[in-house]
Amino acid sequence: MKRLKLSSGSIVNIGGSIIAVAIALLLGALVMRLSGADPWAAYKALWNGAFVGRRSISETLIYSAPLILAGLGFAISSRAGLFNIGIEGQLITGGFVAALVGAWDLGLPSVIYVPLALLAGALGGAVWGFFPGFLKARYGAHEVITTIMLNYLAIRLITYLVLRRDDILPVDPTYVATKKVVDAARLPILLDRTRLHAGILIALGAAIVLWWVLFKTRFGFNVRAVGLSQGASAYGGIKWGSTVVIAMVIAGALAGLAGAGESLGLHGRHWSTAPGYGFTAIAVGLVGRNHPIGVIFSGLLFGALNAGGPAMQSAHVSKEIVQLIQGFIILAIAALEVVNRLPSIRSRMARRASAGA
Amino acid sequence: MDHFFTLDLLTRILRMSTPLIFAALGGILSERSGVINIALEGLMLIGAFFAVAGTYWTGNVWLGLLIGVLCAMAGALIHAVWSITFRGDQIVVGTAVNLIALGLTAFLVQSIWGTAGGSDRVSSLPKIGGMSILVPLAFVMVPLVAFFLYRTKLGLRLQACGEHPQAAVSAGIDITRYRYLAVLGSGLLAGLGGAYLSIGNLNYFTLDMTNGRGFIALAAVILGGWNPWGALAACLLFGAAEGIQIQGQSTPGFPISSDLLVTLPYIVTLIAITLFVKARSGPAGLGRHATTS
Repeated sequence: MKRLKLSSGSIVNIGGSIIAVAIALLLGALVMRLSGADPWAAYKALWNGAFVGRRSISETLIYSAPLILAGLGFAISSRAGLFNIGIEGQLITGGFVAALVGAWDLGLPSVIYVPLALLAGALGGAVWGFFPGFLKARYGAHEVITTIMLNYLAIRLITYLVLRRDDILPVDPTYVATKKVVDAARLPILLDRTRLHAGILIALGAAIVLWWVLFKTRFGFNVRAVGLSQGASAYGGIKWGSTVVIAMVIAGALAGLAGAGESLGLHGRHWSTAPGYGFTAIAVGLVGRNHPIGVIFSGLLFGALNAGGPAMQSAHVSKEIVQLIQGFIILAIAALEVVNRLPSIRSRMARRASAGA
Repeated sequence: MDHFFTLDLLTRILRMSTPLIFAALGGILSERSGVINIALEGLMLIGAFFAVAGTYWTGNVWLGLLIGVLCAMAGALIHAVWSITFRGDQIVVGTAVNLIALGLTAFLVQSIWGTAGGSDRVSSLPKIGGMSILVPLAFVMVPLVAFFLYRTKLGLRLQACGEHPQAAVSAGIDITRYRYLAVLGSGLLAGLGGAYLSIGNLNYFTLDMTNGRGFIALAAVILGGWNPWGALAACLLFGAAEGIQIQGQSTPGFPISSDLLVTLPYIVTLIAITLFVKARSGPAGLGRHATTS
């Protein structure tokens, strides 16, 4: 199998991502300038809010944890050739299930309770990832539409459960959320006097494991092969269907862990509202070139943007400008790929010209 | 229960379906020409915002509507340039447009009105029988789009671009131009859907007020088999679910939990897509480019 060359384990195109981020920040500055705000002051506030001081750095890491995990989920589904818009639904399902287990007060010690609740969250997300994978593999149902439907189904089902089923579930209708997760099921705090919980360690660990799976195992090779060419991989004896389903289950589990970290680490319960991380996860995966190590860095970048965003209010700039910048980053990457393709187009034209001569 | 099946429910369903119908028709135009358009959500949001901002700036609700629609078309132009000319991944580009729409509108709300949640109140479009004038317009647009697609030369050529881009090129059709027109048309219709939400149904803008309706419209396109009439039926299904939920909440003694009932259209869509996917596989050239040789 070694003869077949797939994309290597190294981070290619990292320069392109950095240029794209720079372009997006410049465009963001332009929008701020046009609206009469001071982009320099806003970016300084963003920087301070994300990196200066113990509290800022811990907030950046807090925001990065779910984004890295969700970005990893997007990355593995992309590697298998699927566009997983369902990260959002997989994340909230995982967060909800983990919070239910954590709120039930099973009377277990932390060493057992925390892993159990995390596992429950991963499982919840995995189930929500399995459906689109299975429907795609078995019936050819397009994953974009099934995952969008499953996102709304998750939101609506959870809303129903937290509002109406307090008879059988540990939920609190007045909060439109689950009950509080008991202390024994909460993720440990890493740094005193901050909210920094162990979620970031889980995210980093998951990235390393996923790197190993993708680039060092047979299954990882299969995932990358089916993503590149369904036909060629079938010719090479790789089962497309089961590979796609398992990749989606892993993607869902990673997104579920992201949600579990939010419930068990940050909030201490699951709110029925959707955090919108699913779409940021897409940007995280794209900027990180769907490479687990790249996703760590892009997750940290987007975490910093989200953590520093509110600080921009002091410069009279709405924190939502961060979303605008995220959109610009994606467009810039897509535009840079056009530039990337130019040399090959040029050489093809040159070849044709010389052949015609 | 006596208060449930009333004229109120019917108008509520029509009102809930209207933005979906506009956006779904836009989605059909774009996808029939071969361009996947998950940017519908963002384009609606842009339309909703700039319709209010335009009304606020000019003091005229019709000019506001025009500005909203034009801005949605500008957003669609970004989608077109990146998807068609740059040949970017159409789903990735659509995601970017959606993020930009969310960020830009929230940013502008803050810088124009100084609030984080929404705009000031402006005037709204005239109403007929308690419903915005855009409601009947949405229903009129369905046969118009169907006529355009199936009965005009322009529409048939547009479909050729989506069905078989290579053959369309061979037949001398400038598919780039048709696809640009189709995507701009989807911006126009999605913009109308968005403007309906802000200055039609209400008279202000709130953050993320489209609340996923663009995605639901996209589902309606597929559920309706990329056909305007089919999409209309699917939009009415989604609109009915939303209407019934709201009506159920305000009807004491309503038997089924309305919170559970709203999950029904999503489940129906999942089942329908799974069962009929072979029969309804959409334009063959969706997301494909013609290789220029």
